[in-house]
Amino acid sequence: MARITASLYTSHIPAIGAAFDHGRTQEDYWKPVFAGYDFDKAWMRAHTPDVILLVYNDHATAFSLQMIPTFAIMTGPEFAPADEGYGARPVPTVVGHPELASHIASEVIQQDFDLTMVNEIDVDHGLTVPLSCVFGKVDAWPCKVIPFAVNVVQHPVPSGARCFALGQAIRKAIESFPEDLNVQVWGTGGMSHQLQGPRAGLINREWDNKFLDELIADPAKLAKMPNIDYVREAGSEGIELVMWLIARGAMADVAGGPKPKVAHRFYHVPASNTAVGHLILENG
Amino acid sequence: MALDKAFREIPGTVVFDAEQARKGYWLNQFCMSLMKAENRARFKADERAYLDEWKMTEEQKQAVMARDLNRMMALGGNIYFLAKIGATDGKSFQQMAGSMTGMSEEDYRAMMIRGGRSIEGNRKIGETGDAQRPPKD
Repeated sequence: MARITASLYTSHIPAIGAAFDHGRTQEDYWKPVFAGYDFDKAWMRAHTPDVILLVYNDHATAFSLQMIPTFAIMTGPEFAPADEGYGARPVPTVVGHPELASHIASEVIQQDFDLTMVNEIDVDHGLTVPLSCVFGKVDAWPCKVIPFAVNVVQHPVPSGARCFALGQAIRKAIESFPEDLNVQVWGTGGMSHQLQGPRAGLINREWDNKFLDELIADPAKLAKMPNIDYVREAGSEGIELVMWLIARGAMADVAGGPKPKVAHRFYHVPASNTAVGHLILENG
Repeated sequence: MALDKAFREIPGTVVFDAEQARKGYWLNQFCMSLMKAENRARFKADERAYLDEWKMTEEQKQAVMARDLNRMMALGGNIYFLAKIGATDGKSFQQMAGSMTGMSEEDYRAMMIRGGRSIEGNRKIGETGDAQRPPKD
């Protein structure tokens, strides 16, 4: 049977992707950002999954205001990096896992989460920047990736509680897939940042670190936090952090299993307008 | 159920909800059109003529031509869509975000390196933080 072995959490800042693509990772400004992902390279060699379910949001790239799905699972075979106005990122095409994705869609919809299914879509920095940070420069991504998009652009966006419950439904779905697969669930976006208005540039280091503490130790409590608190305390774009609760909800301890092991934790300010957070949790 | 009114009580912030999205539909869809190189070229060649092809209000068109991002936000724009105008102009996201704060590009960048804008005094309208300047509307 398929099993979830770990969850990984990271910001997905576009400027990190640009620095990566233009070979600026060793510049003074960017060096401490990329150093936060050094750990991942060795860890991933020992823990390469077969499939990653990667939770991210589209940033007015593939989804305009024409269509705004709250939750969308990508069930197609492959997904090209999108041209977001600066040319497509020079990173590999993302290869999906249509059988597992369709299975998850079917199982999760029957647990009352009404997912949109998407078979053709280009994926933006929200999906490809985490892959670059974790895997570095590669000719092909070392595993299959099922993109899973959440609307965090137009309010109301789903609550932390809804995301946490969705993660639990996804866990049940993955564990009922008959093939023996090693699956990771990633939650991306955040941490504190605001890209608009006179309050642009907001960073809340104390709040971010408390979020990390609670995400590790007491996610059920964290999931009760209302959306207004994310926007007020972590900035208008800090609301992306609700997506981390989907990955956290998929971990074993939430279903009565053992507590996860914290393999890695990292926090740095700034990358462009944003606080960078990164966490890896292993299931026991 | 209406959105919690507390969302409108955060200083220096426009929360992009269904109402803003309705007001800004064509402004944002115009921005999406700039994802295509040929549209960027047509827009740059004659901004007014290109904008007139869209069902935007005159106020929205004026705000675009003035590159007044705070005004565009107040008129229903969303930053991820408006960023396509910045990309067309060759601006980075940091330059765009900074331009909405009244700070110079250098001062904004320096603030970020120092750890960003403080939350203190910037949680609620009426406090004494540095983001209390309301967006124009």
